[in-house]
Amino acid sequence: MNSATVRNLLVRGMFAGLAAGLLALVVAYFLGEPRVDAAIAYEEAHSHEHGVEAVSRTMQSTAGLSTGVLVYGVAFGGIAALAYCFALGRIGRFGPRASALLLAAAGLITVYVVPFLKYPANPPSVGDPGTIGRRTTLYFLMVVLSVLLAVATVILGKRLAPRLGNWNATLAAGAFLVLAIGLAYAFLPSFDEVPKDFSATLLWEFRLAALAVQLTLWTSFGLVFGALAERVLVPKQVRAKGATRATPVAH
Amino acid sequence: MAQSVAQPTTTPTAVPAKLPIGAIVPWAVFFGILMLVLLYFVGAEQGATSVMNGDNVHEWVHDARHLLGFPCH
Repeated sequence: MNSATVRNLLVRGMFAGLAAGLLALVVAYFLGEPRVDAAIAYEEAHSHEHGVEAVSRTMQSTAGLSTGVLVYGVAFGGIAALAYCFALGRIGRFGPRASALLLAAAGLITVYVVPFLKYPANPPSVGDPGTIGRRTTLYFLMVVLSVLLAVATVILGKRLAPRLGNWNATLAAGAFLVLAIGLAYAFLPSFDEVPKDFSATLLWEFRLAALAVQLTLWTSFGLVFGALAERVLVPKQVRAKGATRATPVAH
Repeated sequence: MAQSVAQPTTTPTAVPAKLPIGAIVPWAVFFGILMLVLLYFVGAEQGATSVMNGDNVHEWVHDARHLLGFPCH
């Protein structure tokens, strides 16, 4: 029964991730692609090598973009659903939908926003191909670090709650998170590889578009997955009555 | 009348029961790894590291990689 619940939630998480990916794809196509094209135009005006394109721009901006964004959505949907299974009933008195939205917000911040503030998304022609190995390693390191610190923060908050009360425990755990991430920002190396005459406006707009893609993805995931998870977790009669009385939770 | 407080039947939250860790772990290990492999192919294959020759994967997901925030090239 419990294993079946996990499977049901996992399948629904991947489905919700796909749905969220479709919405994110719309944002990526209409807000992101014009900036990618502009950056590639800059690149071509400044580059001396003109190789043959393996995949045409049309394919990259449609089918290629769709593949990437949808696979990303499904993969994070699955991972978030598994995290949701662990979090259910363990993060406080939150119902299925509120838990899903909280988890999605935590996912957006830890998986994307925290790494983004240190290593922001870059359009084509920003970034030295010679440092791609280091930049990739550090980016993934920052993602992993951010997720681990967030998990540690939740555990710390729960440990402190009996002694300090919920409010102060949340503040203390939050302060720990901010301090730890601040230290990571301060000690990990930074990269400044923007070409001198690259448009600052274009860079800003590209990064805002990248942020909008993630905001769309995680918000819609949280809302869709919450609704789907509730159907698994709350019996039909209870939902129909709207009388969803809190079930006692074992401690 | 005004004492509609503490009506248990209208409590808006139903706190779901915990799922036992032992029931989650097998799914988490298998599907967790599968999902990470998918993310690797979208985010890093034929960029910093390659398990396949050529650059077709890189070129195909090129725009997604930039817009999803991964270092691309």
